[in-house]
Parts: sequence; structure tokens; C-alpha cells
Amino acid sequence: MAATTTAKTHEAHEAHHHEHHDPGFWRSYVFSSDHKVIGIQYGITSLAFLFFGFILIALMRWQLAYPGKAIPFVGGLLEAVLGEVAAGGVMSGNLYNSFGAMHGTIMVFLAIVPLAFAAFGNYVVPLQIGAPDMCFPRINMASYQCFFLGGVVMFASFFVPGGAAQAGWTSYSPLATTIPTDGQTYWLIGMVLLITSSLLGAVNFIATIIQLRAPGMTWMRLPWFVWTQFVTAFILLLAFPPLEAAGLMQLVDKVLGTSFFLPTGLMTAGGAALADVSGGGSPLLWQHLFWFLGHPEVYVLILPAMGIVAEVIANNTRKPIWGYRSLVYSVLAVGFISFIVWAHHMYLTGMGTKISTFFQTTTMIISIPSVIILTCLFISLWGGSIRFNTPMLFALSFLPMFGIGGLTGLPLGFNFSDLLLHDTYYVIAHFHYVVAPGTIFALFAGVYFWYPKITGRKMNETLGQIHFWLSLICMNLVFYPMFKQGVSGMNRRMADGGATYLGVDDVGSGELVGTPQAMIDLNVNISHAAWALGLAQLPFIFNFFWSMFAGRRVENDNPWQATTLEWQTPTPPPHGNFDKEPVVYRGPYEYSVPGAKADFIPQNQPDPA
Amino acid sequence: MDIPYTTTPREDTGLYNAKVGIWLFLASEVMLFGALFSSYILLRVGADWWPAPRSILNIPIGTFNTAVLIISSVTVVLAWASLKMNQLSKFKLYQGITILCALIFVGVKSVEYTEKWKHYEIWLNDGSNYSGHIDVNGKHNPFFYTHNKLVSEGVTEITFTKDPHKYGDPLPEKAAGGGEAHAAEAHAHESMVIKTEDIKRLSAFVPAHSTYFAIYFTMTGLHALHVIGGALVMFYLWITAGSWFRSRPEQFTNRIEVSGLFWHFVDLVWIFLFPILYLM
Ligand code: HEM
Ligand SMILES: [Cu+2]
Repeated sequence: MAATTTAKTHEAHEAHHHEHHDPGFWRSYVFSSDHKVIGIQYGITSLAFLFFGFILIALMRWQLAYPGKAIPFVGGLLEAVLGEVAAGGVMSGNLYNSFGAMHGTIMVFLAIVPLAFAAFGNYVVPLQIGAPDMCFPRINMASYQCFFLGGVVMFASFFVPGGAAQAGWTSYSPLATTIPTDGQTYWLIGMVLLITSSLLGAVNFIATIIQLRAPGMTWMRLPWFVWTQFVTAFILLLAFPPLEAAGLMQLVDKVLGTSFFLPTGLMTAGGAALADVSGGGSPLLWQHLFWFLGHPEVYVLILPAMGIVAEVIANNTRKPIWGYRSLVYSVLAVGFISFIVWAHHMYLTGMGTKISTFFQTTTMIISIPSVIILTCLFISLWGGSIRFNTPMLFALSFLPMFGIGGLTGLPLGFNFSDLLLHDTYYVIAHFHYVVAPGTIFALFAGVYFWYPKITGRKMNETLGQIHFWLSLICMNLVFYPMFKQGVSGMNRRMADGGATYLGVDDVGSGELVGTPQAMIDLNVNISHAAWALGLAQLPFIFNFFWSMFAGRRVENDNPWQATTLEWQTPTPPPHGNFDKEPVVYRGPYEYSVPGAKADFIPQNQPDPA
Repeated sequence: MDIPYTTTPREDTGLYNAKVGIWLFLASEVMLFGALFSSYILLRVGADWWPAPRSILNIPIGTFNTAVLIISSVTVVLAWASLKMNQLSKFKLYQGITILCALIFVGVKSVEYTEKWKHYEIWLNDGSNYSGHIDVNGKHNPFFYTHNKLVSEGVTEITFTKDPHKYGDPLPEKAAGGGEAHAAEAHAHESMVIKTEDIKRLSAFVPAHSTYFAIYFTMTGLHALHVIGGALVMFYLWITAGSWFRSRPEQFTNRIEVSGLFWHFVDLVWIFLFPILYLM
């Protein structure tokens, strides 16, 4: 019923819309300050970077599976574009390191965060809270422009002398400072731009959620997705500046020759040419500043994803989310505690057992609210009449996949077991389980779920299901074996896939010392699965573009029969979003309310008096 | 629908949008400078050597600059209060003084900086080391020389004029350093010719000189950028004041309040920077 009324206002609006004068192509699509356009800009840019980041790792997987062999099809192209580092179409160690560092950087800072936070947040949050736009539309535009510029700088760094940064996405000094490539300088400048962008975004999100909630939209009536975005924005606001400071310091180290992160005596042994470095700095300082951001950052990667999953689950179980208040308090708790666990990434640095014990304890404490969140989402399924559509499949598989990722984090959180597992493929498997079949699946769920609101058409269901099942299988084939490799001790950063440490029979004991051949052989399987995973995205890419023109038109503004406000607007929502200010009368998940006519009651529907 | 609360406060929060925005922004700024202050502590605690800043930086000049910023943080409030009392011309005056203070601060700072960039410390292969000024190929007090630069320019010798009081003023507890300092003082203002090949390291008091200067320049540089940024915004508001205030007085007053909040933060940072870099 509500749907038909909004459909009517939609028509009324169309008539109204033509009276506005057309702001022109550039203002509407490129330099727009409309949160929806900016959301879409972020979405498309970050999906492109997601694809690019995947290409990098797909190439690296060739080198891992077949070390030293020329890369088929594209090896020649690489050599033509990048020169000596890809001589003969073979990926050199330097190129492997560049690709590895940039894969991590791009995936975290240019793909997942902007997609999960900036794209979905920008598009959905103002709609869900009943706001006409963000608080500061022009700052919002500046945020995207900084982001875009940061992306350009990162991309350009592949083509500077020496190639892109090579010291991992964590850029540990002194390695990062002393590798002779300008790529690192580009990396730092790029990071400063990206950080500035996310600060502008974070200020905007928080201010918007505090100030622009529609009348009646109390804090406890906010869709949980908004809460996750709110906490994420706070994390970005407060955790990113220390990395900005660290980035500036490393930049000064690199450009002006200071020694913030270079210890005394490191360089002088190298020769007179290096004697102008003063030393006296602290490599540990970089790690502290980096992980002070780095750990909260992983919650930036996961919280919006959990928010999306909650929305999709509520909608497709036709039931209220179980434990809404627990979810709210848990996400707040996670936000706070995430600031005091960072040094669990540094157990092996010898920072001292007391400090390790502290961070081990906080790490265990933070898993409690995380588990509460996951449990609430699981229990929400209980007794629901579940619609198994594509968004729901992705959201459902998020739960066990994130579960595996989270549980395997515990052995990393304990000092004694992490000393063995640190810097092995086990760590790679752990965080990819949380971010790839976890966050990325949730993001896919979000794309399939909100696509109809943005385009007015649904994505094709069959292609969606093919995409889902193939992705689910391939993801596990890629990441599960990495646990095994890691437990057997395979280092995470070897350009030869671990061959250097190939096991040999110890003459004395007769036992194998080193990495067993079988573990190295797994590289081949993993690489095949990774390429298959790439192919599994083709149905999605095709579906994404094809459905814009040929997808089934939605029959009304609320095709999923959802309760939250973004579905109570015209499709797509016009500039200003709502024809008149919405008033909120109820909580976000009033599905299957006993005695109600429909199985959902939109938030802006007054009580039947 | 238009964006609400751009000028009038929202009932339940009591704030207009820009005020929420600036407080959030300042929170992130606190974290930015907080990280630098923490780094300062960590680096200083871990340092083998830390100079006594008294012998390096000019405390009267630093005090003067501190006073300038404190005055500006009074005038910035007076400017806002004048608007509240609807006195545009008084506002113009106080805002003008604030901007002037910012300019004085930056001007003094740049004199301090450039002094440092042509003041040198030299370490010789025989183990001695001095601070002073240099002449290279007849150039008096050049900027930014290093040993590497001398070598690459093919300079074979330089003239070095020692300071009367050796920079860094090693504290008496350091037995070895103390002796050296006395020796250096005795040879005050003495010029000597030093061969490039005898030099182990030559550095002006630039960031690369030592961790102290690295953090000094990074922190004061970042602070100076904030001063300049704040001054630009206040200048923009100053020149647009007339028409803006007459057409939308409330909005303009809000803008002044917000820029004033930022300015107070900038002052506050300096209140911390001054003691840790000049006095301690
Ligand atoms: C809730 C339970 C979790 C625990 C106890 C945990 C614990 C840890 C620990 C101790 C490490 C360091 C391992 C090492 O380097 O030796 C680690 C690495 C990592 N974790 Fe988690 N984690 C958890 C959840 C997550 C989540 C939710 C994410 C992100 C969405 C995540 C992302 C990462 C990443 C990206 C790394 C690797 C960083 C690197 O070294 O490159 N983790 N985790
Ligand atoms: Cu962590």
C-alpha cells in the first residue's frame, strides 16, 4: 500500500522535476555534490580498483605457481610497459614485491574501504535517515576528488623509475625508506591524499547522522547499517590521523633525509655515501603508528559489511533482526576496543612480554562483541521464511566465512601461537577469509540489493546465482589451502612460492627440515582456483552492465518490500531525495508484525489510528 | 528538500551543522598532532643524544611568537563578539589584527628557519666536531651544504667560523662532551680552513641534521601550515564580510565562530610546542 503511494508521488515528482533547470553534464555527473552521484562515483571507481587489484594478484599467482617461467599472454605486454623488471615476460623479484605491495594497498585503501564506506555509505545513509543530502555536500565532493587524485598517484607510481612501492602495504621502515625507488614517495603522497579524503568523508558522515536524522528517527530507530557506518566513520576520523603523521614523517625521511624511522648505525656500514644520515630513529615507532591505524582499519573493512548483511537478512527473512540493541552496543564496543589492540601485529618485534600480554588480553576481549554480532545475525535466521535470492545468498555465506576468518584470528591473537604463525600464509588465509568471502561477499550482497533503487531495474537472478556459487567454491579453494601452507611455515612474502626453503632430509635425525614439497605444490592448485575465481566474476560484470539497460524493471519503488526509508523514495531518488520531509514512526525492522495487513511496515507509516 | 540546520541549531543537539563539523575535524587534528607529540616522546626517550634546546633556539623570539598567538586568540574572540553585537567595523578591526598576528608569527618563524639553514655542524675525521658558519668558494653563509654536496661540486676546502658557544651545549654530566665544549668555547670566533677530505659529516641545522631537528621542523612546519591555512580562511572572511554580513548575518557569524574555533586549536598546539621544543 505504501508502495503505491510512493509510486504516485514519484509521478508527481517527475512532472515537478522538469521545472528545474538542467545543471548540465559536468555538474550532474563529474563535479556533482549530490550524495547519490558521489556514492556512485565512489562505487564505480572502487570496483575498477578492485578489478585492478585482482589482476595484480592473478599475475603474482603465476609467479608463485611457476616461478621464473614467462607469464603467458600478458608477459610480453608487461615487458613492453614496465621494462626490465619484466624482462622476457618473467616477473622479477622486484616486480613481485611491487605488485604485492600495491595489491594490498589498492585492495584496502582504494577498493574495499571506498566501496564499503564511501560508496554504500554515501548512497544509502542519507536516504535511510531521511535526509535530503549530506551535511556538507561540497566537502563531500572534495572528498571524492582527493580520493580520485590519490588513486591516480598510486597508479602512476607503477611507471616511475624503480617502479611502485615494494615494502608491502604496511611499508615498514627502514626497508620502505631505503629501497631505491621513487615509488615509495608516490605511495606516501597517495596515502596522504587518501587519508585526507577519508577524513573529509568521516566528518561528513558523523555530522550528517547526528544532525540530519528525520523527525522521529531516534537513535534506536536507526537501521543498524547506519550504526555501523557511524562507528566506522569515527574509526576513520580518529585512527587515520596518526598514519597521516607517520606518512608525513616517512615522507620527510625519504625526501629530506631525516631518520625518524632509521636507527643509528644502519646506514654507515654501507659506505661514505650514506654518512649524511643522522640515525637515532625508531623502526618500532613506524609499526606502532601504522598499526594504530592498521588494526582499526580492519574494522573499517568489516563493520559496513556487517551492516549490509544485517539489512539484507532482515529483509529476506521477513523478521526483525534478533537483538537489535545488543548489535548497537556491540558495534560501539568494537569501535572503542579496536583502538587498543593494535600491537597484536607486533608480537615478534620483541616489544616486551608485558606489552604483549596487554595486547593479547584486549584482543581476546574484542572478540566478544564481534561474536555477539555474528551470533545475533545467525539467530535472526531462526524461524524465518527465507527468500533465497542472490543478495541473501551472499549475505548468508558471509556468516560462516567471516566466522572462519574470525576464529582463525584467535591463534594469532595469542602471543605464544602467533610467534609461530606470524608472517606465514596462515595470516594471509586468516584475513582473506574475513575480507574476501567475508566483506567482499557482503559488498556483492549490497550491490545486488540496492541496484534496483539506483537503476530502477533488478539484476538478473540466474547470472547472480551462478556468480555466487562459483565465487563461493573458488574462494574456499583459494584460501583454505593457505592455512595448511602457513601452518607448515611457508613465509607470506616469497617471490618463488617458498622454494628457497624447500625441505631437505636432516642427516642426523632423518626428519624433514623446511617446507614440504607437497605444500609448495599447493601453490599450483591455489593459482588455478584464483584464476577460476576471476572467471567467476564475468557473470557479475556482464550482469552489472547488461541489467542497466535490459534488466527487469522494478514494479514499484519498493521491490523487496522493505521497511527502511531508502525504499520509500522515488526510484532513483531525485536531487533532495524526498518530496517532503519524511516522519518516522517506528523501528527499522517491523517485518511480519502480528495483526498487520502486509508483512512489512515502513518506518514512515503512521500507526493506524 | 533543502539541507536543514545550516545556520539555526537543531533542537536536540543544540548545534548547527558546521559546528558539529569543526569539532569533529578538530578531534582528528588532536589525533594528528597527538601522534606527533607521542613520536616526540618516544624518539626522545630512545635517543642516545638530545641537545639542550636553550643553546639552539632563541627563547626570547619564541616567547615573542607565543605572545603574538595569544593576543590573536583574544582578538579572534573579540571579532566574533563584535558581530554578535552587530558592530561590523569593530569586527573588521579585530579580524584584521588577528590576521596581522598570523602574518607576524609566520614571518618570525621563517626568519628563525632560514637562520638555521645556514648554520652548520661539522664532524671531522679526527673526531673533533664544531658548530659555526661556513664560506664555500667565496660564498658567505650558503644554505644546505652537506659533505656529499661539497664532494659532488668538487670543492676541496671550506672556511669554517666557529661559534662562541658550541651548539647543543653538552650537559656537564657527559664527561667527554663537556670537555669538548669548553675547548670549543676557548676558540670562539676562530676561522679555520678545512679540507673536504678531512670532513666526516657536514650538516646545516636542517631536518636531516638530527632527530631533534627532524621533529622540530616537522612539527613546527605542520603547525605553520595550519597557521597559514587559518589565516587564508580568515582573510577570505574578512574581505567578504560586508556584503555577507548584511545579507546573512547569522550565517556569517557562525562562519566566524567556526574559524575562531579552529584558530584556538592552532594556538593551543603552539602552547604545547613552545615548551617541548624551546624550553625542555
Ligand atoms: C575478531 C577476531 C580477530 C582476531 C582475534 C584477529 C587477530 C589478528 C592478529 C593477531 C593478526 C596478526 C597476525 C600476525 O601478523 O602475526 C591479524 C592479522 C590481520 N587481521 Fe585479524 N583478527 C580478527 C579479525 C579480523 C577482522 C574482522 C579483519 C578484517 C576485516 C581482520 C584483518 C586482518 C588483517 C588484514 C591482518 C593482516 C595484516 C598484515 O599483517 O598484513 N582480522 N589478525
Ligand atoms: Cu589487528
